[in-house]
This record gives sequence, structure tokens and C-alpha cells, in this order.
Amino acid sequence: MRTDELATMLAAGAGAVKPHAAARRYARAIVGGALGAALLMAALLGVRPDLATAVLLPMFWVKVAFVACLAAASLAGAMRLSRPGLRLAWVPGALAAPVLAIWVLAAFVLMRADAGQRSQLFFGETWNSCPFLIAMLSAPVFVAVLWAMKGLAPTRLRLAGAAAGLLSGAIGALVYCLHCPELEAPFVGFWYLLGILIPTAVGSLLGPRLLQW
Amino acid sequence: MRRIQETARLRSGEEKLRDLLVRGLAGDEPAYRAFLQDLSAHLRAFLRKRLVRLPDEVEDLVQESLLAIHNQRHTYDAGQPLTAWVHAIAKYKLVDLLRRRARHDLVADPLDDEFDFGTSADAEAAEARRDLGELLKRLPDGQRLPIVHMKLGGLSVTETARLTGMSESAVKVGVHRGLKALAAMIRSDA
Repeated sequence: MRTDELATMLAAGAGAVKPHAAARRYARAIVGGALGAALLMAALLGVRPDLATAVLLPMFWVKVAFVACLAAASLAGAMRLSRPGLRLAWVPGALAAPVLAIWVLAAFVLMRADAGQRSQLFFGETWNSCPFLIAMLSAPVFVAVLWAMKGLAPTRLRLAGAAAGLLSGAIGALVYCLHCPELEAPFVGFWYLLGILIPTAVGSLLGPRLLQW
Repeated sequence: MRRIQETARLRSGEEKLRDLLVRGLAGDEPAYRAFLQDLSAHLRAFLRKRLVRLPDEVEDLVQESLLAIHNQRHTYDAGQPLTAWVHAIAKYKLVDLLRRRARHDLVADPLDDEFDFGTSADAEAAEARRDLGELLKRLPDGQRLPIVHMKLGGLSVTETARLTGMSESAVKVGVHRGLKALAAMIRSDA
């Protein structure tokens, strides 16, 4: 087949294309994935019993804001990496900002605390399960976001896989906030971040293999 | 002054192509055909410059890129420079090709020993070595027939559906999946 024949063939009956394909695909993936994560959390972990009082504490919302900012920035990154020829531009900065903010807050909290309390602030009660539970809750989102990416056209596969992992980790952590009893900034700034980085690492490993087109 | 004119000429070339694509995405078929035709010349020049040592691969890669651009056309955003989008796709396919070759031809085809004089790359559009028409025949009926009737025979969705006994949505899905499968075949074949 000659190239001009191919062009004619591809154009024949091509029809209109719905605009905003990336946004629509990501919306579906995130709603579906977050629903999956919420079901998983409700079935296996349960909502924290004192949620009604926890939502009155400012630190609860600081924690939610931290993961929500990470989720928003990684969503922007994933969407940019899903379409050829777009630069990451401001996205790395937007990812670093909430991390730096929570670290500054954590340092402040640790400095003000008595020496004896510091390890409690850092380890809390659940440090040994928190990262793994976040990684587990991120799994349904991870699958959904990879599906969204697969239907678009990422050209930097390792980075795109990492962004998919980061996004799913942040949404997994957001859902985990409903269960998690920990509220201290040093805990959130380390163990939450670690939990989010697990799917990020998995994504960067799987990206080149799974996202080819 | 000359540079301004040159920039303006380039910009108007991009503008024209972008306009054709945007109209094509809205459903204007002649505009979309013109876009793909103009684009293949652009892709040929772009890839020829980057495949100096593999001139016989150029036309195959032009076709592969054209198919990729068609299959991923929903990822173009009208606010985005067209060149950046097209070049990112062509480069992706170029790197993919080089990687495949590195895997397959490491022993069989030592590039360094070859002289590339007297190849056919200077001809306007060299013959593609891979025949997409042949690959098309290997698709399952549910994808092949819609492509043959609609894309090659020029029938409408309704006519194709009546002729093949498939539903209209199955015809559309068949075309879509078939072209994606074609791209996958190219990748695993080469």
C-alpha cells in the first residue's frame, strides 16, 4: 500500500472525534478507581469510629490537603504525560510544594516537642502498616489510571508509569485518611509519603512494558 | 526582514495544517484527508533527516507514524502547537523502530560495514517495504471487513453494517480496533 493510499484509507469515514478525550478518560478512571479503593477500605479496614470528631480537628484537614494537593499535581502530570508533545512545565514544582510544606510543619512540631515524645510523633501507632495499606488501596486506582493512559498516547513511558503510580498512591492515601487514626505531621510527612511512593516505583517499573503503543 | 518572512512562512504552514486537522477532528473528511496527505510529506522530510543510515526504513516509518497519528488523533488539543504533537509521535515511533532493530539485528546486520550510497531514499515517496494491505488481510473478519468496506470501499457505516450483517456500532468498533491491531502487528512484525 502506498502512503497516499494509506492517507486516503485512514481519512475515509473517519468521522468526528469527541473533544477532551484525556479529561473524560481520567474522570472515569478516577471515579471508578476511587470507588474501588473506598469499597476496599470499607470492607477490609473500616472507617475510623471517631471520624465525626476527627473532622473537627485542623490537622485532619491539613493531612487531607497534603494528599489532595499531591493528587491534583500528579493528575496534571499524568494528563500531560498522556499526550504527545506536552512539557511537564510547573508540575514538578506543584508536586514538591505540598511535600516541603508538610516537612516544614513536621520539623516545627518535632522541634517544639519534648525529646521523649518525638519518636511517638514520628512512629505513631501504625507506622508498620500505614504504607502498605495505602499501597493496597491504590491498587484499583492504579489499574484504572493505567487503563486511561493506555487509551491515550504517552511517549515517555517510565515517567508516565511513575505519574500513574503517584496519582493512584495519592488517591489511595486520600481514601486511607477516612480510616487512619494518625494525625501528626511527622507521621504523615514520612509514612504517607512512603505509601504513595510504593505504587510510584511500581509504575515506573511497569510503565515501559505496559504502556507501549 | 528575510527571517521574519521565513518565520511567517513556517508559521503559516503550521497554521494551515493545524486548521485542516481541527476541521478534520470536527468531522470534515476532505480536510482530514488533506491533512494526512500534507502530513506524510512533512513526516517523510522529518524522518529522512533522522534515518540517514537507514534510508530504506523511511517510508515504512512514515506509514507507521501516519497510522499512529490517526489512531491517537483524540490526544491532540487544539490549543497545542501541532508540530510538537506530531514530532513527539514520530520520534516515539522512531525510537521504537531503532530499539526493535537493535534487538533483532544485533548479529545479522552490522550497520557499520554498510555503505549507503545509491539507495532509493531520494525518490519522492519510496515504495514502502512492508505492505499494510497484506497485514490487513491477517486481521479477524470482525475488524477486516469493516475496514475493507468502509475505509477501502468507501461505503458508509450503514451500508457496511447491512452488507456484513454487523451492527453499526460493531462496524465502528471494528474499524477502530482493527487499525489499532494493525499498529500492534507492525510493532511485533518488524
